[in-house]
Amino acid sequence: MRTLSLSMLLLALCVPHAASADTVDELLEQYRAEGAGEFSAEAGQRLWHAQHSHGTAPNSRSCVSCHTSDPHSIGEHVRTGKSIKPMARSMNFERYTEQEKVEKWFKRNCKWTLGRECSAQEKGDLLVFLRSH
Amino acid sequence: MIKKSALILLAGLLSAPLMVMADGAGSGGSGGSYKRGPGVKPVENKAYLEECGSCHFAYQPGLLPRRSWEKVMAGLDAHFGDNAELDEETLLELTTYVMDHAADQALEKRSVKIMRSLQRDEAPLRITETPYIRHQHDEIPARYIKHPEIGTLSNCTACHKKAREGYYGERWIEIPGVGPWEH
Repeated sequence: MRTLSLSMLLLALCVPHAASADTVDELLEQYRAEGAGEFSAEAGQRLWHAQHSHGTAPNSRSCVSCHTSDPHSIGEHVRTGKSIKPMARSMNFERYTEQEKVEKWFKRNCKWTLGRECSAQEKGDLLVFLRSH
Repeated sequence: MIKKSALILLAGLLSAPLMVMADGAGSGGSGGSYKRGPGVKPVENKAYLEECGSCHFAYQPGLLPRRSWEKVMAGLDAHFGDNAELDEETLLELTTYVMDHAADQALEKRSVKIMRSLQRDEAPLRITETPYIRHQHDEIPARYIKHPEIGTLSNCTACHKKAREGYYGERWIEIPGVGPWEH
């Protein structure tokens, strides 16, 4: 009887977890619906390092400007110096748990870095890259 | 009977506005009287702390007048060289919050002093551009600021150990690489 109730408890603990879909998967699904193709961590990595200069930013900038080249590292806001928690999910389990938050930062940071919003493909590639760490 | 009147007196005293020296009292000595407690009202709005505080110290709204905040909140897409756009709902909430707690709405010592230092229509975008804050920092040698933990005067918390609580008095200053502020 005890064994049975223990397994029931374990099952109960597992079910809600399994039922709640991963935020990253949900976002990837959404990006596919917006026309993106297969996502690639390699493409995400290239984007992570790609240097950009645009109208308001004559000096080149990239994700690395604030987040460092290693997503496991603590970053630093290039202007204010405030530290930024690592982008690698393995280093920070709070990352990529809220869709709105992910979209908010993509919007702000793509505009700052690339001078435009990122495409669904680019966002998906970056997420797949960051999730792999 | 005596007890009752004493109680009434006490209640009267408690409800009277408490105007005493604030924020570390004793410093300055200009004889002004201000609202008791911190020199600037600490931030209590969770969204403000989250949205503004993720890139920099969440400066208290009481450090700038409404006319400055109006400009700041209208230009978040180009916020001191950064993009700090907010969704409409959050923008409305934060705008309401900063406007309600701006320096010209506050009775705290630092807010009052900042307002007194400004010209009538002056609307600086930076707290470090207000005459009072500039004056308060004009004796600090540039080499102090160059310390890697400071870097810029905008980095309040580097030296003001109780900045988050709204206390900017000298007794709570600790300059990295230097120590307490003595002059």
